[in-house]
Amino acid sequence: MLVRFNLNGEEIESEVRDDERALDFLRRIGMKSVKEGCGEGECGACTIIVNGRNVVSCLMLAPELDGTEVWTTEGLSFKNELDPIQKAFVDEGAIQCGFCTPGMVMSAKALLMKNPQPTVEEIKKGMEGNLCRCTGYFKIIEAVKKAADEN
Amino acid sequence: MNVREERSVATSLSSDKNFDVVNTSVEKIDGYALVKGKPVFTDDFDVPDSLIVKILRSPHAHAIVKNVDASKALELSGVACVLTYKDVPRIAFTRAGQGYPEPSPYDTFVLDKKVRYVGDAVAIVAAESEEIARKALKLIKVEYDVLDNIIDYEHAMDENAPIIHDESEISGAYDPKHNIASHYEMHFGDVDEELSKCDVTTEKTFYTPNQSHAMMEPHAAISYFDANGRLTIITSTQVPYHVRRIIKRIFGVESRVIKPRIGGGFGGKQAVHVEAYVTAVTLKTGRPARCIYTRKETMTASNTRHAMRFKIRVGADKDANLRVIDMQGLSNTGAYGEHALTTFMVAGSKTLPLYNKVNAVRFMGDIVYTNTESAGAFRGYGAPQGAFALDCALDELAHKLGMDPVEFKLKNSIREGETSPVFKVMGEGREGVEQIVGSCKIEECAIEGAKLFNWHEKRERQRIEGTKAHGYGVAFAMQGSSIPAIDMGGATIKMNDDGTFNLMIGATDLGTGSDTILAQIAAEALHTSVGKFVVYSSDTDVTPFDKGAYASSTTYVSGNATKRAAERMAREILKAASEITGESVEKLHLENGKVISKSGKSLTYSEIQTQLFYTFKQRQLEVTESFVSEVSPPPYMVTFAEIEIDLETGKVDVMSMLNYVDCGTPINPLLARGQVEGASSQGIGMALYEEHIFDKNGRMVTDDFFTYKVPSRDDIKKITVKFADSYEPTGPFGAKSVSEIGLDTPGPVIANAIFDAVGIRVNRLPIKSEDLYFKLNERGLTP
Repeated sequence: MLVRFNLNGEEIESEVRDDERALDFLRRIGMKSVKEGCGEGECGACTIIVNGRNVVSCLMLAPELDGTEVWTTEGLSFKNELDPIQKAFVDEGAIQCGFCTPGMVMSAKALLMKNPQPTVEEIKKGMEGNLCRCTGYFKIIEAVKKAADEN
Repeated sequence: MNVREERSVATSLSSDKNFDVVNTSVEKIDGYALVKGKPVFTDDFDVPDSLIVKILRSPHAHAIVKNVDASKALELSGVACVLTYKDVPRIAFTRAGQGYPEPSPYDTFVLDKKVRYVGDAVAIVAAESEEIARKALKLIKVEYDVLDNIIDYEHAMDENAPIIHDESEISGAYDPKHNIASHYEMHFGDVDEELSKCDVTTEKTFYTPNQSHAMMEPHAAISYFDANGRLTIITSTQVPYHVRRIIKRIFGVESRVIKPRIGGGFGGKQAVHVEAYVTAVTLKTGRPARCIYTRKETMTASNTRHAMRFKIRVGADKDANLRVIDMQGLSNTGAYGEHALTTFMVAGSKTLPLYNKVNAVRFMGDIVYTNTESAGAFRGYGAPQGAFALDCALDELAHKLGMDPVEFKLKNSIREGETSPVFKVMGEGREGVEQIVGSCKIEECAIEGAKLFNWHEKRERQRIEGTKAHGYGVAFAMQGSSIPAIDMGGATIKMNDDGTFNLMIGATDLGTGSDTILAQIAAEALHTSVGKFVVYSSDTDVTPFDKGAYASSTTYVSGNATKRAAERMAREILKAASEITGESVEKLHLENGKVISKSGKSLTYSEIQTQLFYTFKQRQLEVTESFVSEVSPPPYMVTFAEIEIDLETGKVDVMSMLNYVDCGTPINPLLARGQVEGASSQGIGMALYEEHIFDKNGRMVTDDFFTYKVPSRDDIKKITVKFADSYEPTGPFGAKSVSEIGLDTPGPVIANAIFDAVGIRVNRLPIKSEDLYFKLNERGLTP
């Protein structure tokens, strides 16, 4: 079927299969920041923002994207200018292997869009759906806090 | 020695350290690419015309493959091939990525007519799409002759146990007829005699689980013939050079192995997993082939940590001198003997030297085959298993002596300038090397750590209040830095006319930040900034050999190779500048990307290489250096932890943990901190909930992130990392390793803290809340 939606600020029109996952579709059209870590909504590596909410794209079908506004990590940095969240992740050393990073960044973005000044507890809550096996999470929390403080 | 005394450990050397780039937290050089989600991982590479490869896996733990009928699958449009054991070379090998010749038995085939665990590969399917490949898997009919199995490793050596490896081609296994992949024993002194002389002894058996690496990126590989017909493999591996060598062994084909960014490995990618399957397809069809494991395959059909059991006996005299350690172990290597001997040896070699004042030591045991997923390398590599038994036993001994465990462990531990006979006796798979400890700040770690943690004040506190109990624990650990006299790393540095350098290294950054810290080392030696280095890591056709990323070796071995290369490049630059300026080398020095002469002249690196390219004694400045170490300097760590037990449920929370680490100079303190925090978190997972559970037929029931819980943000409370003021004389700018040691202490420190809280000595990881609840209940501690 044909889906029309807004991807990273641009109108997109594309043919998708009825049973295609949003994750596979987005990767197919070049959004390689959307990672598959588990395929069942547990790890959060495939997190994207749909209509302002962070969702795991492995549990969403591509046809459901129709009519939505979607952001992936590719859309966060314009003309090489990083989003403050991305900059904070680099500054705070919140990236080790980097595989969970785009999903983390999108969850952080969704959180700060809703709540620009979250407490540390709210950050932990807002990002509990994203697993990281490298960092122990400390620097990720610090990075989100820093990005919020600089908002 | 009394730790209680208000004293500080004298610190030294810090004034001698005057670094510009090293010991600073520069940004990770790949950070921007990763945070932008750039296509840098294996699955992100689109190779046109690729076949999708899927593996048909055994539903039986132990069976003979009587017949594979793939005719229906092959009739399906879009199926390119179905390969069975008849279609691949029957060459025995080990998947373990270790120095050659490997100490692991050759007991594995790409596909075999026998399957040895649920998930073992039966057939390789290649199709035009993921969907067709999945359909084809379902159309293959396999007849199995199901055999008796062994799931519980404590029964692997039972009389009449089925023999898991009865193939004639097996080599290097100790006693496969009795399911023993490897056996090891060492001793000095007479442990029984020493124990009989001790005033206080303790004896206990400890168990550690088959933890899953659970790296976020599943195993993945793509293979294709390049334009010149050279087999090229892009793979998420920690060991590209070992992959190249093993692929050649199996298929007799030369290849180029490219390691892109790696989404975590933790030892799980120190093996050949996917590479052989895609290679088989590309060789058969001539077409590119890609295979990306599902999470379930990554959980069930790659590697786990070796589950181990240690019966330990320790004894001390009444003056608290530790006199004897006896460890008798059993390790589960699963279906194949990958890293079987070496992980077991490391359980002793990376724990026993810490207590070097004993009169007698024995370390022995068997590593057995079972019909479960093969164990393999996993961060810590045996040391966390050994440390759990040893540190908990010493904690109990201190308790029996009525002594503060910090004081007891510190009193008996190794010091700078000392040695241990274990260093020489136990290597990895063979004898080790003699070494004098050149840097050891364990006193600072213990004494300053106790102060920072408020250890003495906290131990005065009430332990049980209402429905909560609090406890305080300490654990000591050591690790190594590289496998000495075996593992080699190389580094090439090439100077460009724009003032940049290419740093080509075989070292394999799997998320650790090694590309960054190696660039820091090179920049320090060449008196320039990290930004001037363009790093290429791990392309076997381009970069020099490196053993790979394991055994806590990259900072130390690859770092020393990089430092050597950079220092030689510095000499080359000075020589060229001397020729250009006519001034003697002695009158020149390097500073901030320039050569400066005493007379005040200066030449930038860019000006020098430009002249050398076009106008003056024309040549390319490029150097390659290698490093293999004679020693393996241990990092040390003392961990303090406060835990809270919910007496109503048995749930344990680690409220705060302090890791005081001696890793020599932390090349990049921020990245080093990340290594320790991450390892501690994995260790907390292993201590409290991570374990693979199998049903009686050998099917893993914890095969995804729903059923196998890794710590999430809420499970990790507070971890503090502090670095001791330390300088390793043989390390690059004083550095030792830091990546593994953090995993050694969470198990014992949590168990010791539980003992401190409620007097229950837990001897099995993970410490599940239900188990602890029943123990609390027995003691009348539940409300």
